[in-house]
Amino acid sequence: MNTPSAGRGTLIEARDVTKSFGQTPALRGAAAAVAQGEIVAVMGPSGSGKSTLLHCLAGIFLPDSGEVWFDGRRLDTRTEAERTRLRRTAFGFVFQFGNLVPELTAADNVALPLLLKREGRKAAYQQAAQWLDRLGLGDKGARRTGELSGGEAQRVAVARALALGPRLLFADEPTGSLDSLTGEKVMKLLTSLAREQRITMVLVTHDVRVAAYADREVMVRDGVVTADAGTVRT
Amino acid sequence: MTLTLLGLLEREPSYGYDLKRDYDTHFARGKPLSFGQVYTTLARLARDGKAVAGPPEHGDGPERKRYWITEAGAAEVDAWLSRPAEPEPHLQPVLFAKVTLALMLGRPADSYLDAQRVAHLKRMRELTQLKDAGSLTDTLLADYGLFHLEADLRWIDLTAARLGELKEEAVRGR
Repeated sequence: MNTPSAGRGTLIEARDVTKSFGQTPALRGAAAAVAQGEIVAVMGPSGSGKSTLLHCLAGIFLPDSGEVWFDGRRLDTRTEAERTRLRRTAFGFVFQFGNLVPELTAADNVALPLLLKREGRKAAYQQAAQWLDRLGLGDKGARRTGELSGGEAQRVAVARALALGPRLLFADEPTGSLDSLTGEKVMKLLTSLAREQRITMVLVTHDVRVAAYADREVMVRDGVVTADAGTVRT
Repeated sequence: MTLTLLGLLEREPSYGYDLKRDYDTHFARGKPLSFGQVYTTLARLARDGKAVAGPPEHGDGPERKRYWITEAGAAEVDAWLSRPAEPEPHLQPVLFAKVTLALMLGRPADSYLDAQRVAHLKRMRELTQLKDAGSLTDTLLADYGLFHLEADLRWIDLTAARLGELKEEAVRGR
């Protein structure tokens, strides 16, 4: 249970992870593994610990006990600087509200992490333009993200995450603030581009129609991973 | 199926063969009608005054008859299309019976619900893939299935959360 698809190596794994906030336990021995190239939906009711699991896998939270492994190496024992570097170079993030800088343009937002990664300015903006174009936003690069619709802003967030060329993408309720049709379009783009680029994805959602875009689901209940729906996508 | 065939006749008078082809193309979704079903239905519609058969026609192949919809038939199609379908959960009786029986027999209802959940999610993934690859018609049909499965899943999740109370009630009721 909670094992990656047969025939593919594990890229990220939580082993018996516990995490509490004050007296409140969020994870109580959670275990989950995701194979290279797999898209796994982490599901569960509100407060079940699914977002905490994502944050532990991404090295944003450190577990109280247990281990997190990325690409064959312990992640949770690395320094804050090492984990930050990993998040800037190997991980991509898409959150419910995009977390874009509203005063900056769409192109600035996509280019920003590339500049932080020390890409040259010209190359960063060229890549930003290419990714915005792929996400159907070729004509929106100069617009401030605060002026974009929810669906457009979320596509900018997807472009920003993918432009970095991450090995692993974390998406936390990526369509949570969108209407059904817009959410569907974002999910279609997000998953098709991830598959095309062979990016592994951990997708946290409470929405079963969003989870249906994944290869496999794991269920989190009361801080424990309780069920695994197996892989069906071929 | 009967009213769908009658509706196709309203579109244009048809031979049984053409009617079956049209039905299979637009409505069968992998479950084509048999010729027997089509001709039995046409005979019943003719008997009930909702369709009429023309005289036998002789061509290169076997003898055949063209069917027309009558005014009574057209009125029936109109009434059917105007009336909302009875909202009924397709699986609720089965899911409910299994959970209740499992609790009554002291069997693990949570395992059954988990298994049902996995089956539902698997079907939802298949329908989502169909949407990715298919036409707009496929998308509309897949959406219909997805929303129904989602409703079942909500019921499954809520029932799973209530299993403790339900077990107590089942034990008290013994």
